Amino acid sequence: MNSLKKRDIYVSFSVLAIMLVLPLFIGQSRYLLSVLMNCAGLSVIALGVWLIFSIGRGYIGQAGFALIGGYTTGILLTRYNLSYWVVLPLSALSAAFFGALIGSFILKLRGIYFSMLTISLTEAIRLAFLNGGSFTQGSKGITGLPQPFSGDSPLPMYYLGLALLAFALLLIWRVHYSRVGRIFRAMRLNEDLAESFGTDVWRYRVMAFAIACGLGGLGGSYFTVFIQSVYPQSFTVEHSIYYMLYCFLGGLEYVSGAIVGAFVLTILFELLREFQQYQTLIYGVLMISVILLLPNGLMALGSSKSEGSKKALPPIGGADTTPGKADAKPMIGRSS
Amino acid sequence: MSTSILEARNITKRFGGLTANEDVNLLLAGEAGQVVSVIGPNGAGKSTLFKMLSGFLKPSSGSVLLYGQEITGMAPHRIARLGLVRTFQETTIFPDLTAMEHVSLAHQLHRQANDLEVVLRMPRARADEAALSASAAEILELMELSPVADVAARHLPQGYLRLLGIGMGLATRPRVLLLDEPYAGLNPEETNRAVMITRKIANSGISVLLVEHDMKAVMAISDFIHVLYFGKKIAEGTPEEIRNNPKVIEAYLGQEDKELGL
Repeated sequence: MNSLKKRDIYVSFSVLAIMLVLPLFIGQSRYLLSVLMNCAGLSVIALGVWLIFSIGRGYIGQAGFALIGGYTTGILLTRYNLSYWVVLPLSALSAAFFGALIGSFILKLRGIYFSMLTISLTEAIRLAFLNGGSFTQGSKGITGLPQPFSGDSPLPMYYLGLALLAFALLLIWRVHYSRVGRIFRAMRLNEDLAESFGTDVWRYRVMAFAIACGLGGLGGSYFTVFIQSVYPQSFTVEHSIYYMLYCFLGGLEYVSGAIVGAFVLTILFELLREFQQYQTLIYGVLMISVILLLPNGLMALGSSKSEGSKKALPPIGGADTTPGKADAKPMIGRSS
Repeated sequence: MSTSILEARNITKRFGGLTANEDVNLLLAGEAGQVVSVIGPNGAGKSTLFKMLSGFLKPSSGSVLLYGQEITGMAPHRIARLGLVRTFQETTIFPDLTAMEHVSLAHQLHRQANDLEVVLRMPRARADEAALSASAAEILELMELSPVADVAARHLPQGYLRLLGIGMGLATRPRVLLLDEPYAGLNPEETNRAVMITRKIANSGISVLLVEHDMKAVMAISDFIHVLYFGKKIAEGTPEEIRNNPKVIEAYLGQEDKELGL
């Protein structure tokens, strides 16, 4: 196990453990619990975005699929009186289904083209719900959803958020640190090479996209019952961009990066509540600064990049071996 | 008539007004385990031909057959499944993965467990990992890379990376291996080693088709050579015949004799 994975494990477990015991200390404070519920729900959605980054696509459309999950929840709960425990997985599945369907067409695109298309996709999905007639109730949205838990305590909803976060984390973790995750990374670095050794890249791309959109739907469903309503503007392009920013801020090399980003930014803005109106502006500046100053995210802070390079290369064959270009990383100024 | 292993029939590729390959015929037939080379000056259309054979480009016309089966325009991963695999010049796919992990990853086609079993780490997925690591170790042994099996790719010199790329191709257990300039940028000693390894691969029954600039290496390794010039095939034959072919000499005129190995 390398140091990267170790760091990932520590951070993931710490976040989950802290969330598990925190209610003992902050008691039933509705405000504090709701901030953390926000963090958990946003993390679930952002983990999906993170997965798409891991296959080498800049994905800015997750809000659209959160909206699909939210509306699935709203419609099934109000019209069909289903139990929330049936509706929740159905919401994730419907988002995953639409994700796979749309993804199988758009995932051929790369780079900026894919990103721009996913931005428009968020907007297209929002407009679809806005113009959905009596089915989606247009701009009035779907309101007055029943709560999944009886009683007045916010704790059950809090622990549901934690459970969803743990589930999403485990899922992405298992995918990323398995052979499938390696194929995803291989696709990010060189899709042709991955295809040359027999990888059906189309299938893996669609699979990643379905998982990502499913998590978007899961998070969307959670927020919908949390605020007991869903509107076309519940999840917009702006949110899609925030989810991406969480991943950038936390770090794209670590599964927990998406979570760290979501928690840090959400809590930060609760602390700076008087600046709420400038949120978009601050996020914009932050995004540029992160890309310029912290390209590997918060999770990479303090990790030595040159680790392992001291391992001597065992000599075989000719003694004069030309160093590969990957080895050319400068190590100046790092001597201790 | 001997069996056809890989055959290109009159393939042509046009990019707009530019014809990269015109009516090229290529036949790899007979015993498995031959080494066949495609040579030609820069811009002769070798890479284009290579990409069409392996499915990365679709020919404008003509067809490609693998063991008599038409594979023209098929997706590369499906062609790989049928036993035709190409390697790349750039080999590092994941700088942090070790040589062992690279080759093990390239065994993609030979795992039994499906993706769900892999993600859930079911028994079949674990059995795969064990079996595939064993096979990967064997390939590293063949490529003479065993001593660096656990070194991350970003610390490996160019020569090793090239061999690693070939090793990844072998991991798919191909019947035909296409090598894209396997000796480019290697020093003479590394080239010698790579040539010997290429021969070992061929001796194990895998037919090898390579595109290469290093004439000395090509002359030493090839059983048969095809020469492309401005998109057309101008000659084919054994190294001896190619060496004495006036058309080939003309095509390479201006180049040092030594470079040609003449």
